[in-house]
Amino acid sequence: MTASLLRSGIIALWSALLFLPFKGLQASAVLFAVVLLFVPAFTVSASIISPFFKKAGVGLERISRMMPTDRRYLFLLLLPALTVPFVAQNYIIDVAVLAGIYIILALGLNVVVGFTGLLNLGFVAYYAIGAYSFALLNTKLGLGFWTAMPASVIITTAAGFLFAAPALRLRGDYLALVTLGFGEIVRITLNNWDSFTNGPNGIGGIAAPTVFSLSLNTLSTFYYLVLFFVLLTIIVMMRIQRSKVGRAWEAIREDEIAASAMGIQTIRYKLYSVSFGAFWAGIAGCLFAAKMRFISPESFTFMESVLILSMVILGGLGSIGGVIAGAIILVVLPEVLREVQLYRMLALGAGIVLIMIFRPQGLFGGKGASPRN
Amino acid sequence: MFLQQLINGLTLGSVYALIALGYTMVYGILELINFAHGEIYMIGAYLGIIFLGFFTAVGLTAYSVPLALAITLLLTVIVCSFYGFTMEKIAYKPLRSAPKLSPLISAIGVSIFLQNYVMITQGATDKVFPAITGDAGFTMLSTRVTFLQASIIVVSAVIMGLLQAFIKKTKIGKAMRAVAQDKSMASLVGINTDTIISITFIIGSGLAAIAGMMVSTYYGLVNYFIGYSAGIKAFTAAVLGGIGNIPGAMVGGILLGLIESLGSAYISSEYKDAYAFIILIIILLVRPAGLLGKASEEKI
Repeated sequence: MTASLLRSGIIALWSALLFLPFKGLQASAVLFAVVLLFVPAFTVSASIISPFFKKAGVGLERISRMMPTDRRYLFLLLLPALTVPFVAQNYIIDVAVLAGIYIILALGLNVVVGFTGLLNLGFVAYYAIGAYSFALLNTKLGLGFWTAMPASVIITTAAGFLFAAPALRLRGDYLALVTLGFGEIVRITLNNWDSFTNGPNGIGGIAAPTVFSLSLNTLSTFYYLVLFFVLLTIIVMMRIQRSKVGRAWEAIREDEIAASAMGIQTIRYKLYSVSFGAFWAGIAGCLFAAKMRFISPESFTFMESVLILSMVILGGLGSIGGVIAGAIILVVLPEVLREVQLYRMLALGAGIVLIMIFRPQGLFGGKGASPRN
Repeated sequence: MFLQQLINGLTLGSVYALIALGYTMVYGILELINFAHGEIYMIGAYLGIIFLGFFTAVGLTAYSVPLALAITLLLTVIVCSFYGFTMEKIAYKPLRSAPKLSPLISAIGVSIFLQNYVMITQGATDKVFPAITGDAGFTMLSTRVTFLQASIIVVSAVIMGLLQAFIKKTKIGKAMRAVAQDKSMASLVGINTDTIISITFIIGSGLAAIAGMMVSTYYGLVNYFIGYSAGIKAFTAAVLGGIGNIPGAMVGGILLGLIESLGSAYISSEYKDAYAFIILIIILLVRPAGLLGKASEEKI
């Protein structure tokens, strides 16, 4: 008892000491008191709560096991998704459109990080290339949505391929750092190439997409366009995960040397993976540009890469249903937490650390989807 | 002009080298890219302003500027090493046996957390470092060198020399090298690896704190996101010299500082921040082991 009291006293004193220079004596004293009370309370409640947590974990795993195999659930989810524009306010539809774009992005990154196990910290570069190609083709050449989009997606995929070809010789964290560098170079270039990208002022006046000469300029029609692409992404992802390519990716993730010993051409499949991920980032970029009608380099910072990565990790690396849930949570949560906006990123940072420590496979990731050594 | 840029680059490079040492030491021992190391540097810069402000308020600065600076530096180093120690215990230690990418992702989380922690407690606006050092200096070969620049270069050189001696000569330094070579073997011969890892984080954070304090005196301005770009550049410096290699980090840091300042003077200053990334990519593709590093065999 005294030992645990002493322990919480030391922890409280330590945190107050670290806090002291930043916020002064009074706030540190408050922190000291809070931590002093919190640590014993936490230890006691943890022993009571932990069985429930375990049960919740089992439940989450059961859900995650059902998700990818039973496709009927997809159609059940489709019904409420279809009715959103009829029942919800514009604000909610707006958030839903954003969530849709992020689902596509996160599923694209999931191919690279979740399926193949290549950490990418500069995924936003492909998103940016997709959005900028679309915006430039649309505003400078006057191409419509359905011609500009395939063209920009091809450009993005090619960029992914060209960049990956030399970089894939690196492994693990080196590759991660090179992708980070790539993301930053793309952003700095967009910011400084005034004559082509209009620099920090961005590109405006992007036309709304049309379907059969019908302009999708209202929010709800655009919602259906995004929904269509989200469904397309999900279906393709489910198919590819169970295909020869998907299994090769998984083999590379689990053990690259063993995979190549089994005859998988690892470099080739890694190239497929990065290009395929870039493909979806390109689609998401086009949708983003078409929705905002205006883009600037500010939307494509490193934090955006981290946010997309957090969606994938939070939901569960490699689990399609999990990644979708992760994307929705991380888009909706900041909207809900608008009042405590200041503390949002603080919580995100702490959350990433806690998830890595306590549930490295993500909220909905099953055991099978966890990356191993 | 050229010599002037050389001095600027050398000043910047010594700071990069100090931060790079923290990256390289941690990588040498844990094979972890401590992404949050740049934030420790940023915290050091803030603490410099906070402590110096405090000493100015109590009148110590008016009594003696060098004394106030010395005590500020000491306190900054101590508090920053506490931060480094705590960070390792909370975010990395539980992940010792986790897959390799987990600690890296956790480090990104720490980095976001610390940035926002400083932003919330200290505000999002730029902080101004009190201009107490002035811009006095001397002229050498028709180049103006401020005392501040000279002292940054000298202090960095002395610290790097001390560190090198510490690693080579002392018992703890020997233990650190042993842990870097083989962690499980080192623990078998009676080295407490956890303690050594903690010491590594403490030393690395202390070096970053010195760098942060010096930079905030040099530029006079600090904000909560300086850690990210400085961290990336210092990491580039560490990779450039060969990560895990301590003299490599020093060489890499100084080279990077020179490239940046000469590049922005002679090529284009708009792309100043891109140089580090371009060099990082080229080095990793052409010579991943770095300039002074040895290529390691892949372990199966």
